[in-house]
This record gives sequence, C-alpha cells and structure tokens, in this order.
Amino acid sequence: MSTPEPSRSDANEAVRPRETGHASWQERIQSYGPLAGLILLCLVGTWLNSDFATPDNLLNVLTRTAFIGIIAVGMCFVIISGGIDLSVGSMAALIAGCVIMLINWAGAAIGSPLLAVLLGAAAAILLGAFLGMIHGLLITRGRIEPFIVTLGTLGIYRAYLTYFSGGGAITLDNALADLYAPVYYGYFLGIPIPVWVFLCVAVAGGVILNRTAFGRYVQAIGSNEQVARYAAVDVDGVKLKTYALLGACVGVATLLYVPRLGSASPTTGLLWELEAIAAVIVGGTALKGGAGSIAGTVIGAILLSVISNILNLTSIISVYLNAAVQGFVIIAVALLQRSRRT
Amino acid sequence: MTSQAGESRVTPGLAVSFENVVKDFGTVRVLHGISFDLEPGKVYGLLGENGAGKSTLMKILGGYQPQTSGVLRINGRPVSFSSSRDAEAEGVVLIHQEFNLADDLSISDNIFLGHEKKRGFLLDNAAMHAEAGRVLRKVGLTVDPAVKISRLIVAEKQLVEIAKALARNARLLIMDEPTATLTPSETSRLFRLIEEMRADGVTIIYISHKLDEVERITDEVIVLRDGRFVGRSQTRDITRRQMANMMIGREVTDLFPERAPVPQETAPIFRVTDFTVPGWAEKLSFEVRPGEILGFAGLVGAGRTELFEGILGLRKASGKVEIAGKPVVFRSPRAAADHGLTYLSEDRKGKGLHIDFTLRENLTLMALKRYVRPLLDPAAEQRALEEAVKEYGIRTGSLRNKASALSGGNQQKLALAKVLHPEPKVVVLDEPTRGVDIGAKRDIYFLIARLAAQGLAVIVISSELLELIGLAHRVVVMRAGRFSAEVDGAHLTEQDLIAHATGTANVDA
Repeated sequence: MSTPEPSRSDANEAVRPRETGHASWQERIQSYGPLAGLILLCLVGTWLNSDFATPDNLLNVLTRTAFIGIIAVGMCFVIISGGIDLSVGSMAALIAGCVIMLINWAGAAIGSPLLAVLLGAAAAILLGAFLGMIHGLLITRGRIEPFIVTLGTLGIYRAYLTYFSGGGAITLDNALADLYAPVYYGYFLGIPIPVWVFLCVAVAGGVILNRTAFGRYVQAIGSNEQVARYAAVDVDGVKLKTYALLGACVGVATLLYVPRLGSASPTTGLLWELEAIAAVIVGGTALKGGAGSIAGTVIGAILLSVISNILNLTSIISVYLNAAVQGFVIIAVALLQRSRRT
Repeated sequence: MTSQAGESRVTPGLAVSFENVVKDFGTVRVLHGISFDLEPGKVYGLLGENGAGKSTLMKILGGYQPQTSGVLRINGRPVSFSSSRDAEAEGVVLIHQEFNLADDLSISDNIFLGHEKKRGFLLDNAAMHAEAGRVLRKVGLTVDPAVKISRLIVAEKQLVEIAKALARNARLLIMDEPTATLTPSETSRLFRLIEEMRADGVTIIYISHKLDEVERITDEVIVLRDGRFVGRSQTRDITRRQMANMMIGREVTDLFPERAPVPQETAPIFRVTDFTVPGWAEKLSFEVRPGEILGFAGLVGAGRTELFEGILGLRKASGKVEIAGKPVVFRSPRAAADHGLTYLSEDRKGKGLHIDFTLRENLTLMALKRYVRPLLDPAAEQRALEEAVKEYGIRTGSLRNKASALSGGNQQKLALAKVLHPEPKVVVLDEPTRGVDIGAKRDIYFLIARLAAQGLAVIVISSELLELIGLAHRVVVMRAGRFSAEVDGAHLTEQDLIAHATGTANVDA
C-alpha cells in the first residue's frame, strides 16, 4: 500500500503525437506513385520502341486520352463524394446521337452551319448536365443507391440511342462534318484542340476541388457523410451538383468525340465508364470516397492510354491483351495503395 | 483453450504483471517503461488524463498492439498476443471506448462474431439468440437480440459491448469509459454487474474519468501520467481530489466557474412550442434566453438527442420553433445554421468531426462561406485556426495535423470550436464532455460559461448530473419523451434530478 505522491511537472503541456501523426510522408510518397508509374512506363516505352517518345506519338496519346480524361475529371468528383456513375459511356452515346440529329436538323432549318454546330455544342453540355441532374435527384431525393440508379440509366440511354438510330448509325451531314472536324483534328499553338480542352477541364477541376467551398464539401461528404450533414453542409445539393458536373463533362467529351467519326452508333462510348472509373482509381482516389486528386486522375487516364499505345507500337504482348494489361495495372495499383486503408 | 466448458466451472481471474513495458510510435515514445502487478479477482481503477497512455497500455494487454519492449505476464507466464483473438483465448477481453460493432448485423450476430455457435456446418441461430438474450438481460438491455446494431443509440451499443464481453467468458475484463454514455440507473446496474463478476473472481480494469465512480467500485487505483506509472493506492485510502491531483500533477481548483446571472428582462432567443418527434418527444415546449445555460437531463432513451435531431430537420417532427421571435422551420442542419442555431453531436467520431481532415478543414467547415473570395483562402483559414487553437486551448503538435492526431479532449475542443465558428445565437451541446479528462472538462465548462456571459444561449444535454448542476441556470428533466420537471439552479441537487429522471419523485412537474 504505497501512498501516492503527486509529482509536479508540466509534462502534460507536452505534445502527444499519435500513430497517425507521422503518416503524412507515407501518404506523400503514395501520392507520387501514379506519376512515378507513368514515368517508368514512358521509359520502358522509349526503350522498347524509338517511335514512342516522338512528339507526334505523345500528342496522339494525349488526344486519345482526352475523352476519357475529361469524363474521369467529372467522375473524380462523384467518386470522392462517395458515389459512382456507371452510365457515362451510354450517356456519351445518347448525347452524341442527339447532338448529331440536332445539328443536322438545325443546319437545314437555320441555314447557318456554324450556328448549328454551336447550338449542338451548347445542347451537348446542357443535356449532359440535365441527365446528371436526374441521377442526382434519384439518388438524393429518391434515396436510391448511385450504383443502381446509373446501372438503370446505363441500359436506358443506350437503348434510346439504338432506337433513335434504328440499330445502325446516326451520321453527321457531310458539309457540317467538315466544319466541325477541326474541333477534333485541329491544332492550336501546335497542340491538338482536344488536348487543350482536356487541360482546361483538368485545371478547372483541380481549382474547383481544392479551392472552392463546393470542393471542400465534396471531400467532406465522401469522408463522412453524417459529419458533413451535422456540420450544416447541404449534402443533397452538393451530391446533385457532382452528378450534374460529371454529366457536363460527358457532354464536353462527346463534343470532341463527334467530329472524330461524325457518327453515333450503339457501340459508341462502350465501356467508357469502366475506363473513366479505372483512371480515377489508378490515380489514387479511394473508391469509397473521401480523398482523391484531379492531378492523379489525369495521370491515371494518361497512364492507361500509354499502356495501350505501347502495346500498339511493340509486339511483345498482343494488342488483343490490352484490356488484360490495364486490368493487371489496376489490380497492382490497388495492392500498392492497400496499406493506407488499413 | 476450452473456454466453452463454461459456466459451471469456477474460472479464477487472471493475474497480470507489466515489466518495463515500452511503446514507441515511430520516433515518439508513448509508454516509458511501465511496471506494475495486478492481483486476480480485484477491481482496479486505471486513471490518467487523455494521452497518459492508459488506452495504449490496455491495447497491448488486449492484444491489439504489440509492445516495443518489456514483458507482459499473465499468471506469471510471459505472453505475447498477436491479435485480440489470442488475448481472448487467454480470457482477456477489452471493451473499446470506440465501439467495435458491425452496424448492419444484429446484436446477436455481433455478440458471437468470430465465435459463432454451430451445429454441423450451419450456424445455430437459436442457441446464439438465446445466449445473447441471457447476457443482454444481465446488462439490463431489454432489446430483442435480432435487432440490428444500426437501430441502437450510443448507450445501448455500449451495453452490447459489455454483453459481448460477458458472452466471451472474460477472466480479465478491461472497460474503457463504459459509463460515458450511460445514465445513472444504467450505471448502477453496470456496477452491480461488476460486483457480481468480482465475486466470481474476474479481474477488472476500469478506466474512467468519473472519479466518483472509481471511488465507488474499485479496490485500488493505479495512476499513469505522460506514459509513466505515477503511483497506486487502495481506493479507501485516497480522496477524489488526491486522485485528480495525481492525474494532473498539480492542484485542481474548482471545476466549475461562477454562474453569471441571466438578464431577466431579455426576450427568449429560442422558443419551441408543442414540439413532437413521433416515438421520442411528445408536445414539448421550452425557451432559452440569451446568456442562459439550459440543461437537459434524463435517462438514455428519454428522447433528448432525438428531440433536437427533430428540431434540426434530421427526423420527422412537428411543432413550432421560433428564433428571435420569428417562426422558422428547419429542413436540415444547414437551415438551422443559417438561422443561427448549431448543434454539437454526442457522437464525436460518427457525426462531429472529420477525423481524416486537417484541423483547419474541420474548424471552418460550418462557416466556409466566410472564406470564399470567390476561391477559398487557406491562409485566412489558417489564421482562424491559430486563433481558435489559442482561444479554445487546443493542444496540438503541429497546426497541420489531422484531427485524428489529437487526444480525445482536444478533439472535443476542436469540435466545440467548429460549431461555434459560424457565430451562432443558440448552440446545442450534446454531451460536451463525453470521454474527456478532468483538465479538458474544466476548460470546456469555463468556455461554456464565458460564451453564455457574452450573450450566447446555450443548451447542454448531459448524462452527467454534476455537470448540469454545476453549469446550468435551469435544468429540464426528460423522461419517456416528456418533461418530468423543470428545476432552477438554486434548487438543483443530484438526488432531485435522478428522482425526476427515473420517475420516482412525488413532485408535480
């Protein structure tokens, strides 16, 4: 039975870091992981084929990345907020079809091909945002899981496109197609237009995510929706906006895509949703939401198209195995990121 | 281990000894060579401020973390647990302060999680249901074991955790703040249970900031401070004040500030009339004046939290709410905040703070509009954080820390700073000192009093009656969805409040 002797010390003023206090350097290294992977991949590509590192090829890769990349930026918001959208590929197809029909009709009715194309461009973005808003309403007001809502619309959008096209293709009128073509094939300051658009969307996305109240709310909701709700965040409104934003991104991506082929068919945008989601995940965003980055997403999108580019340029692995290689990369990335989720 | 052999066998408690136990997290040493012994069949109070190392030491004992160096002996035999399962096989069960329950599974599923009873290949649900019912009755929870955890309130989850430990035939039971969410009658029942277990020879380690409880039920207290063993004493030989002094390392002056008078002539800033939350609150009316601290006492399940969730638009509700004389209807906490009412949840990690966010992001989340110009201004946010850290006395190593790096008491101060950051006119604090050490508690009491003195209307919901008695100008007691009494500060006593809360008072409300 010892008598306690209160010892005097001000030690309770001392800092008491916890286990989590010094994890930040690990996180920092992991946030550079996708970039390191991309650089490594580029080195391998250069080593395997001297054509890889040419400006032409690299710009080609970036141009092809643009569609998925732009959608992935929007997808990044949805995933960080804790949601998902499976419908973006079908949505792109439906928007493409509708926009082509609108431009064809307007070209004939208005008489000004330029006005018709501009009208189509505006319609593409508005239609995308509108469809995204419907997702948002069903998810927030209707209280349906995002997975289910967008699984439903995935089928609906593509079926409507197939119906509109009669099972074939909806094609842009030749005169209009020529006017519209530079949007995909044109250059500005030596850089293809789609790459500029991709860059703008990515920068805007980064600013919105990191430097606006909306972006902070998106992260807060994905990190813990209940806490966000109790902290007076308009959870439903913010979620709605993430889906509308993604829809608008799909609209922009479609705008770039339409002049490439000048038509929309039931196979347009097939599996885009998976590529966009993969880009976000490869870029280091957790599928459960909360934390993620636009830069990572952009790198993820580029990384995936570099893989297919390298397979195209070399004959070591069959091009047919492209999807398999991408799949392996996705799983490898998930394995590398495992540690920070425990 | 044939721990299933079960109840008829007398299971002696475990003797434990820590020998020079050290724990490092990275480069930071949190336990500096702790040594002490515990005898079987006694109830030990483990005391210390937040961050003193109690939880870390107990996690080592419970198999959740390995020690960096030193020896842990159970019944004289050195052991090293690689998981909580290993520890449980030895009869060591730790009940966490943060619950380890799967929300979507039933109570019974949770109680037997990882230890399912089987008949052949199939689960023996009937047997588990019956056994779960038995342990639930023991802890005094009258809920069907088939109910999902997500439908329970915090206090009920705590009771389920205790029931789970009972079902595991614990021979050394570690309880970390078990009564933090319990009301007096539930607490008494828990104490009777602890008595029974001690009579059965179970060793119990009881961690609590509530020194009156420690005084009531422990045989001996052991005090840690800053990762070191400070001293131990037979409980009957030491006063509460001495315990507190040992924990803090200095004199504790009065815990509560002076009660400032409320200006009588001011009109109520917040008035609720005939407010009904179906199933929880029945036609309740109350009002608060600027500068007043109104306490809400009552048992768990009395409907206090639910009443305010109803007012905030988080539950279906009806009734009249006025702020500054103007009628308002809140559809969400957002709307409430816009009208100058904010709410601090009792569930800090689940509803109060973003644990993975930085201090800055947590602080400004409710008042983010203030930093929009039109892009966010992180520098201004950081300045606000620096001020808040000073004003609220938040102790943090770095201002760039995440909230998870703070101790419980400092997290709570941050949560308070967060709900006060939008500069509300009325603030509702639900269990503002839950799981917080004495030092931080005192800070929070003085803070609340200061805010009230500046004209803020404060509503404090608390299960700690002493807190309401020490702090509030008026206390309303809720029982089964109704107000059973309203008591003003001059007449507040613990006995009275308990009597009203349990319905044993013969006074008309």
